[in-house]
Amino acid sequence: MITLIRRPNPSQFWTFATPIVAVIATMIAGGLLFAMLGKNPVEAIRVIFWEPLLGANASYFRGQLLVKAGPLILIASGLAVGFRAGIWNIGAEGQYIMGALASAWLALHVYPAESHWLFPAMIVLGALGGLLWAMIPALLKVWFGTSEILVSLMLVYVVENLLAYMAFGPLKNPDGFGFPGSRNLQDYPSAHNVDLIAGTGLHWGVVTAFVAVIATYILMHRHITGFRIRVAGEAPRAARFAGVIPARLVVFCLGLAGAFAGLAGMFEVSGPSGQITDSFNVGYGFTAIIVAFLGRLHPIGILLAGLLMALTYIGGDMAQLMLGLPSAAIQVFQGMLLFFLLGFDVLTNFRVRLGRGASA
Amino acid sequence: MWLHRMGADLKFWAMGQRMSIGGIDIVTLAAMLMAASTPVLLAATGELVAEKSGVLNLGVEGMMIMGAVAGFAAAVATGSPVLGIVAGALAGALMATLFAFLTQIFLSNQVATGLALTLFGLGLSALIGKGYEGVRPPPTAKLDFGPLADIPVIGPIFFSHDWIVYASLLLVAVVWFVLRYTRAGLILRAVGESHDAAHALGYRVVAVRFAALGFGGALAGLGGAYLSLVRVPQWTEGMTAGAGWIALAIVVFASWRPWRVLLGAYMFGGITALQLQLQAAGYAIPVHILSIAPYVITIVVLVILSALHRHGVQAAPASLGKSFHASS
Repeated sequence: MITLIRRPNPSQFWTFATPIVAVIATMIAGGLLFAMLGKNPVEAIRVIFWEPLLGANASYFRGQLLVKAGPLILIASGLAVGFRAGIWNIGAEGQYIMGALASAWLALHVYPAESHWLFPAMIVLGALGGLLWAMIPALLKVWFGTSEILVSLMLVYVVENLLAYMAFGPLKNPDGFGFPGSRNLQDYPSAHNVDLIAGTGLHWGVVTAFVAVIATYILMHRHITGFRIRVAGEAPRAARFAGVIPARLVVFCLGLAGAFAGLAGMFEVSGPSGQITDSFNVGYGFTAIIVAFLGRLHPIGILLAGLLMALTYIGGDMAQLMLGLPSAAIQVFQGMLLFFLLGFDVLTNFRVRLGRGASA
Repeated sequence: MWLHRMGADLKFWAMGQRMSIGGIDIVTLAAMLMAASTPVLLAATGELVAEKSGVLNLGVEGMMIMGAVAGFAAAVATGSPVLGIVAGALAGALMATLFAFLTQIFLSNQVATGLALTLFGLGLSALIGKGYEGVRPPPTAKLDFGPLADIPVIGPIFFSHDWIVYASLLLVAVVWFVLRYTRAGLILRAVGESHDAAHALGYRVVAVRFAALGFGGALAGLGGAYLSLVRVPQWTEGMTAGAGWIALAIVVFASWRPWRVLLGAYMFGGITALQLQLQAAGYAIPVHILSIAPYVITIVVLVILSALHRHGVQAAPASLGKSFHASS
C-alpha cells in the first residue's frame, strides 16, 4: 500500500525536478506511441529533439525555434499570472485571433499608405483587440459571477467563425483572384514585422516575448500586485482580509493575458503568417496553457518551456518529413507531457511512503 | 388499424397546410431538434453525475471526441453500429479513468487535468481517425413505431428517431431517480457535498468518484459516438466543435438538476437546428455568422443564470473541484 503524506511546505527540489521528470517520462511514453505507429522510437525522439538543434539543416530550424517560441512564451506569461490567482482564462486562442484581426484590419484599411506610424499603431490595436475580447469574460465574471472558463472558451468558437467570415468577406484580398484570405502583409513594408537580424527568426514579437518574461517576473516577484495575485490564488479568504479586491484582480489578469495574446496574434499576422486566412490560428493559445504549467507558472520557467514546446513543434514537422510521423502524433505528445507533469506534481506537495503509514 | 387510418387522413389534411414560418418548416425543425440535442444531452447528463460527486471534469470535449473516433472505427471494422456505440462509451470511460487516476490518486488540479484531457483527446482522436475521413459508417435504423409514425406533426417529431434518442431520455429519468430516491444516489450526493463528512461516515470517497467519473465519461463517449455514427454521420477531425464545452455549460445552466439538463440540451438543440434550417432556407446571413449563434446564446443563458443565482442559493455541490486527501 502506498500512502501520501502532505508536506508542510512544497518541496523545493521537486518543484524544479518534476518538469524534467515529466519530459523524460513523456519521451518514454511518446517513444512507445511512435513504436506502435511502426516508427523506430529512438530515431523519432532523436529527430524531434536533436535534429532541429544540432542536425544537418539546424541553422534554418534554429530560426524557426524563435518564431514558434515567441507567441507561446508571450501568451503563456500572460496566462500564468491569471492561473496563479485562480483565474482560468482558457480562451487565449480567441484573444490571439482578435489581436491579429484588429491589427490586420487597420493595415488593410490604410493600404497602401506607407508610414512609420503604422506598425506601432498596429501593435496598439493588436493588444487592444485581445484585451477587449478578454474583457467580455472578465466583466461577465465581475458583474454576474459567470464562469470565466466557459465564457472565454465559448468565445474561441465565436471568433473562429468571425475569422473565417473576415477571410472570405470584408478582409479578402480584392486582387486575390477570388482566393480566400487577405492581402499578404509581408509585401506591405510599413506593416511587415521583419526579422531584426535576417534569417534568425528574431522579430519584434520575440523581443516582446522576452520583455513580457522580464515584466511578469518583476510583477510577480518584486511588486505588490504580484504578491496580491499569489495570495488570492493560495488563500482567497486571507486575501480578502488583506484588502485584495477580487473584481480588480479578475479584470487585471484577464486584461493582461488578453493583451499579451492579442500582441502575439498581431506579430504573427504581420510576420511569419502574413495573411488573415480561415486557418490562420494553429492552436498557440491552447499550447500556451501547457507551456504555462510546464514552466511552473514562473516567468523563467515559461521561457524554457516555450523553447522546449517550440522544439517539439519543429521536431514534429521534421519527423513528419523524414519519418512520415502523422502531425497529430505531436499533439498527443504535447498532451501527454501535461498529464505527466500534473501527475508527478504530487511529489511536490506530498511525501510518498510505502506501507500503511500513519496518516497525520 | 383505425389509428393508421386516422393518421393517414390527418396526413392528407396536413399536406395542404404545412406549418411554416419564414420558409422554416416547424415540424422538420422540431424533428431535427431531438436528434441535434442528443449528443449534448448525453454528455451533459454524464457530467452532471460526475459533478454531483464533487469532481469538475473539464475534459468532456476530449472524452466526446474520443468516443466519436473509437465508435466510428469500431462500427466500420465490425459493421455493427451498436458495437460502435458501445466502443464509444468504453473509450469515453477509459479517458475518464485516466482523469480519475490523476485527480483522485495523484491529487492533480482538476481544472488543469481536464484541459489536458481535452487537448490529449483532440490530438489522439486526430491520430486514430487519419484513415477514416470520407468513410461511410454502417447506418443506424430508425425505430419502427408503425402507425404512430404516420400521425401528422406528432409522428415526425416524436416517432421518427433511432433508439439512442429514446435511450438518452430514459437515461435522464434513471439518473434523476437514482440521485433522488436511492441509497447509491444519496451517497454520491453526500460525497459531492462534503467529502470529509462522507469519509468520516466510512464511505469510500475515491471509489465513489471513480465510478461517477467513469459513468460520466461513458456517456460523453456515447454522445460522441452518436455524433459520428448517426448525427453527421462521418468522421472529421475536431468534429465535436465545442459540444463538450456546451455540455459543461448546460450542467451549470441546469443548476445540477437532471430534468433541467434535458431542457437545456433541447434548447441548445433547437438553436442548432434552427441555425441549420436558416442556412438551408437560403437567408442572406453569412454562414459563419449564423454558426456562432449556439455559442453566443449559451453565453447569454449562462450570464442570465449566474445573475439570477448571484444572491440566491448556491446550486453547485459544495465540494466541487476540491481535491480530497484523507489527512487534510
